[in-house]
Amino acid sequence: MDLEIIGISVLWTFLFGYVIVASIDFGAGFFNAYSVFTGKQHILTNIIQRYLSPVWEVTNVFLVFFFVGIIGFFPKTAFYYGTTLLVPVSIAIILLAIRGSYYAFETYGSRGHKGYAFMYGLSGLFIPASLSIVLTISEGGFISLNNGHPVLNYWLLFKSPLTWSIVVLSIAAVLYISAVFLTWYANQAGDIAATNIMRKYALIWALPTIITAGGIIFELRLHNHEHFERLIDLWVVFGLSFLLFIGTVMLIWRRKNYGLAFVLLVGQFALAFFGYGFSHYPYLLYPYLTIYDGFTNHAMAISLIVAFIAGLGLLIPSLYLLLRLFLFNKDYVKGKSDHHP
Amino acid sequence: MGNEDALFFSRVLTELTLSFHIIYATIGVGIPLMIMIAQWVGIKKNDDHYILLARRWTRGFVITVAVGVVTGTAIGLQLSLLWPNFMELAGNVIALPLFMETFAFFFEAIFLGIYLYTWDRFKDQRKHLLLLIPVAIGASFSAVFITMVNAFMNAPQGFDIVNGSLVNVNPLVAMFNPAMPTKVAHVVVTCYMTAAFVLASIAAFRLLKGSDHIYHKKALFLTMKLGLIFSIATAVIGDFSGKYLAEYQPEKLAAAEWHFETEEKAPLILYGVLDNGEVKYAIKLPFALSFLAHSDPTAEVLGLDQFLEDEIPPLYIHYLFDIMVTIGMWMVLLSFVFWIGTKRRWVFVQSNWFRWLIVLGGPLSLIAIEAGWWLAEVGRQPWILRGIMRTADAATSSNQVDLMLMLFSGLYLILGMGTIVVLSRMFRKNPVERELEDREAEQGGGQAWT
Repeated sequence: MDLEIIGISVLWTFLFGYVIVASIDFGAGFFNAYSVFTGKQHILTNIIQRYLSPVWEVTNVFLVFFFVGIIGFFPKTAFYYGTTLLVPVSIAIILLAIRGSYYAFETYGSRGHKGYAFMYGLSGLFIPASLSIVLTISEGGFISLNNGHPVLNYWLLFKSPLTWSIVVLSIAAVLYISAVFLTWYANQAGDIAATNIMRKYALIWALPTIITAGGIIFELRLHNHEHFERLIDLWVVFGLSFLLFIGTVMLIWRRKNYGLAFVLLVGQFALAFFGYGFSHYPYLLYPYLTIYDGFTNHAMAISLIVAFIAGLGLLIPSLYLLLRLFLFNKDYVKGKSDHHP
Repeated sequence: MGNEDALFFSRVLTELTLSFHIIYATIGVGIPLMIMIAQWVGIKKNDDHYILLARRWTRGFVITVAVGVVTGTAIGLQLSLLWPNFMELAGNVIALPLFMETFAFFFEAIFLGIYLYTWDRFKDQRKHLLLLIPVAIGASFSAVFITMVNAFMNAPQGFDIVNGSLVNVNPLVAMFNPAMPTKVAHVVVTCYMTAAFVLASIAAFRLLKGSDHIYHKKALFLTMKLGLIFSIATAVIGDFSGKYLAEYQPEKLAAAEWHFETEEKAPLILYGVLDNGEVKYAIKLPFALSFLAHSDPTAEVLGLDQFLEDEIPPLYIHYLFDIMVTIGMWMVLLSFVFWIGTKRRWVFVQSNWFRWLIVLGGPLSLIAIEAGWWLAEVGRQPWILRGIMRTADAATSSNQVDLMLMLFSGLYLILGMGTIVVLSRMFRKNPVERELEDREAEQGGGQAWT
């Protein structure tokens, strides 16, 4: 297999990891803020805080890992994306910064502060929106070269239906993924009231998620026909993904086996995410940059992969320990054992 | 806005982000070690005060980590957003340590989370110490790796340039460049030093504000002792850094020392002002620069006359050098007097005025950190990659940098104020006396607290 393919697969897998853990995190922040403002805080906050507190920092590292990795494997992305994404990515950074620090201020500083909870919840919805712009841009048509410098056409981006479909999908998916996970987590904790609320949210957000996901395929037909055809070639993958979606919704509807429902959801998004990624091949930025002409030299690629394997050797046992202690520890989830910061 | 403006605003924004970030980063690298040492001393002396010290430091540390993480993410992305041409070129050679830094950071994040949420879960305090070791290692190693990247910018190597493109890249040679040993050592040890003095200034402040608890006295003595050790180490490594500069980056040394003409037996200039090319009011230490540069008081030191006009850094870096060195020396002296004075029971080290000097020590150390980084960074201008790429050729061609500068300035203002408010509220609301009582009640009248 080409080193290019290994590189992009590693990065795409990490991006997928970020999409799942960050969705849970962003959605949880939003549901938390929403419960504060609708007076249901006593039901949800404990469950949400107990899950988020030990893992929030780890979530952030997934993102850092992705963008450091992509510059490492594909230094040319710095030239195209770095120049054009100054504004959207800066806004995402600012939102991430507000969100991360306000989370810490609220959790470790003054618990129950309404302003912090609000900022934290709202910023969590704008971040996926501002980051998903990158996916739109990668489809091509928004960047032109001016004297050899890439320039982003904001107006074209703003009025494109594709942009808005992707933005709406990112928000709906965040809320859906998060609600399914928290339904399971609350059920683990034996918290019936919280489980019921989260179950309701999961069912509410299932429909917009699947509608916008389908809509994007339609938009692509008009915007980037080459990509659309490659997507259609992979119809089996997306069909399977849709079946898994039905499975998740059925299980939640019947209040059965929430754990399996979450596993099916991860499967659904994995198939769609990797199917989408595969159909995008070989472009990083259509039509300027492919993974072949943007790739780093051989020596760096090898050493990055070696570092990556060594790093995983260190990370996987540590992550396992983290999950064992907090996510799959009944006493912790139920709030029995000590967890005061 | 032309490219000139984009360059100017990119430089200002990068400087602002880094200057803000290094306050949190320095604390973030240094404090885990202090926490680990306190936990260890607590186990060794079987004294629960030190264990509590470790926990209270950690609680404040979490707030600084959060801001450190988010500003670190900001600078990480800004490297590509503001300097795309630089990252496109340098990414080919220096991506490895950048990548490894995220692993170190990952490692730290996981174990910090575990340590924070397992307090009192294990009866054996040694298990808690085991959790702190990866936190301290992860923190220090992220500093090591990221400083390697910076060292590469000062002394790029590990590749050949053929017809404008980089070939024969060797990532390990790039990482272990000549600037690396002194830079990494200096950064890591000054982080430890600063963290120790910041914690000492908190302890001294509590003692001044009326609490006369033995807990604060133990904290003060421990941190000042650590501060003394690390500040001496800083001075020694600083001397090595001077020798490195003389050998590999003589224009930076010459600009920092206002050494205009190449000469033997060169004097070291301390303080003073530059007025139309003339140095006034300075203290001249004969032979000292030759000795600093080459360990030989009669050695020849290259002056600014040896370099092209457009390849020498701005001369104001001399003031930064003065600030950094003066504070460093002052802190060695202060902590040494405190240490000796406590051992010999001199009364004045417990007096209010002396404690105020210690309180001042923390912020002063942070100022020295800032001055040191400005010296190091401005000192390699006009290059972004010394000898290879000029800063002017690396900047973005985007027209919105000035707007981003305003947005980020607002962000840092909010984060800075937030940190101060939250931290001070956290510790004012829960003074150590109350926490000790609470813990005693929890454990059913523990005899360990006497």
